[in-house]
Amino acid sequence: MNNGIFVVVLASAVAYGTPLLYAALGELLAERSGVLNLGVEGMMLVGAAMGFWAVQKIGGPSGLVLPLAVGVAALAGALLALVHAFLVITLRASQIVSGLALTIFAGALGLSSYLGNDLKLADVPANHAFHAANLFGLQDIPVVGPVVFGQTWLVYVSWLCVVLVALYLSRTRPGLNVRAVGESPQAADAMGIDVVAYRYAHTLAGGAFAGVGGACFSLAITPQWTNDLTGGAGWIAIALVIFAFWRPDLCLVGAYFFGAFQALPFQLQARGILTQVPPEVFSALPYVMTVVVLVLVSSGIAKRRLGAPGSLGIPYVREER
Amino acid sequence: MSVRIERRLRQPRWLSVVVPLGSVAFAFVTIAIVLAATGHNPAHTFAKLFQSAFTDSGALSATLVSATPLAFTGLAAAAAFRMNLFNIGAEGQLYFGVIGAIAIAVVLGDGVAKPVTIAAMCVAGAAAGAAWAAIPGVLRAFARTNEIITSLMLNYVAALVLNYLIFDSHSYWRDTTSPSAAVFPQGKAIPDAATWPFATIGGIAGGIAVPLGLGIAAVVGTALWVLYKHTRFGFELQVIADSPRAARYAGMRTRRKILAVMCISGAIAGLGGAAQVGNFDHLLDPRSLQQQLFGYSGIVVAALARYNPFAVVVIAVLLGGLKNAGFALQGVDFPSGLVGVMQGIFLFSVLGGEILVRYRVRLFRPGRVSRTEPAA
Repeated sequence: MNNGIFVVVLASAVAYGTPLLYAALGELLAERSGVLNLGVEGMMLVGAAMGFWAVQKIGGPSGLVLPLAVGVAALAGALLALVHAFLVITLRASQIVSGLALTIFAGALGLSSYLGNDLKLADVPANHAFHAANLFGLQDIPVVGPVVFGQTWLVYVSWLCVVLVALYLSRTRPGLNVRAVGESPQAADAMGIDVVAYRYAHTLAGGAFAGVGGACFSLAITPQWTNDLTGGAGWIAIALVIFAFWRPDLCLVGAYFFGAFQALPFQLQARGILTQVPPEVFSALPYVMTVVVLVLVSSGIAKRRLGAPGSLGIPYVREER
Repeated sequence: MSVRIERRLRQPRWLSVVVPLGSVAFAFVTIAIVLAATGHNPAHTFAKLFQSAFTDSGALSATLVSATPLAFTGLAAAAAFRMNLFNIGAEGQLYFGVIGAIAIAVVLGDGVAKPVTIAAMCVAGAAAGAAWAAIPGVLRAFARTNEIITSLMLNYVAALVLNYLIFDSHSYWRDTTSPSAAVFPQGKAIPDAATWPFATIGGIAGGIAVPLGLGIAAVVGTALWVLYKHTRFGFELQVIADSPRAARYAGMRTRRKILAVMCISGAIAGLGGAAQVGNFDHLLDPRSLQQQLFGYSGIVVAALARYNPFAVVVIAVLLGGLKNAGFALQGVDFPSGLVGVMQGIFLFSVLGGEILVRYRVRLFRPGRVSRTEPAA
């Protein structure tokens, strides 16, 4: 039963959705503070390369090396986000162009490819990788086993992150401050909240999450380094934040939804189901679905009730009201 | 000491020349540091770059080949970005231009005069690109859907359409007869009448071959400049971009304009696809098209040119040179990925430098009253 297509697709939806989830959570934090970062794809790719590099270079038991590698990936993502933060917060540059520049700088024709080739990461097997954890030994129970208990530690940590981010935003003082900074930096500033510090901190956090999301590919899914291994996941993550109405809990749902569409064509092909439908149709589904969902979300009522942070994309200049 | 950023009351004209030049100089210094830090000799690398982009035998011709699609996608991005419409779908729109141009070229075959075929390819390419761009355009104009994400998502769909046409179907674009096509799927070659000519300039070392496509790009750039600067349509676009509310009160048709700009942008990108097929590729090659990332590089070109159509063509030649040199030098001297890193550093510098045009940065000591009067 656990080898049936439904369970397998569900289980791999969780696996493929996890990098999207990390990246989307990070982008959500940045956007909630009013900073749009279109450089997610670039930060993920560099995170993937640096995470894989750390695994190859650091010696020791897997239990120690893998968390360290994830940390390295997060640091790499945060450093890249710092460039974006400096440009758009301090230098007040256009967030859209700066984010695109970050993806070009770091992406498949840029830094990530440079690092991957310079550090000789291509075509080598991973020294350590995240494997299915078989939590409490319950992997073999029907349906729930592979989907819930047979995932990697990256998945379980991502669930923890969703809870933490949701609680942080809705139940803590700094979380309230972030939302204030994103909705109305003028009001937040008048309250004595340091708008610049909050925006920097959350843009960097967003970069760190994106780096971890990239590492999910090179340490768990692939697990190897190839150029452009994320294949546009960073862009889907940005769409996912809109899809989820800027809410962490809906990010989780959305991430697995998109993950399922990524897993589906492969499984259908492997099982010889629906072979008369070209595989490209299924591959195109996540992208088409994103467009459809965006159209639904941007229509009237939904937008008014659950819209974007009020000052998203607008630089804050204290003396210009 | 502390830093204060103040708004300039007046923006001196010289600043808008000096600041970008300063930014580019800053970028070169940064790149030199990056090169030195990764164990390359910056002076040596820059010299090599310049030689293989411009001065080596045949280098300039190769640079113009790389520059042609970038000029088109750069113009496509500039046309939309200037109106605050962030069409980043030039990539997919160019793919559709390729599909349209090949279709019409194969239909017309060898029996039609070259100029007619070329004109038909231009029209078909532009129409196909505009049609693909109309999807995010309609959604933006009538459903207020963010065009950044939709145009981008459609790039991936367009790439899958290319793969389908060549790898997973026996489509009109696929070559099913030649022996090599039986080994690996490939596109149908366009007839000789549909290949675009080159103009040869100068007699030294075989001269410089200027592709017809680049000439068309220059014409399109000029047309775009006239359209935006000297027509009522262009004026209304400026108003809509600067203040949508004012435009609405003045009775301008905002939605139609948004759709029109997206279609113009897509048509230019599609024309770029037609030029790529006519001048260089001569068949539909999904792998090669997807690896080149013409559409995304076009955004770099447009941003560096600050959305000025004439500057776009010049920057396209410079970045085409960088790309061509990066390709020629790839190896120990010039690791892959460095081209993207360099483009990124250029972009960051120019973007960050723009603050100096609008603001002045002052150093002052806290605790002392500043002697200059405060900004108004």
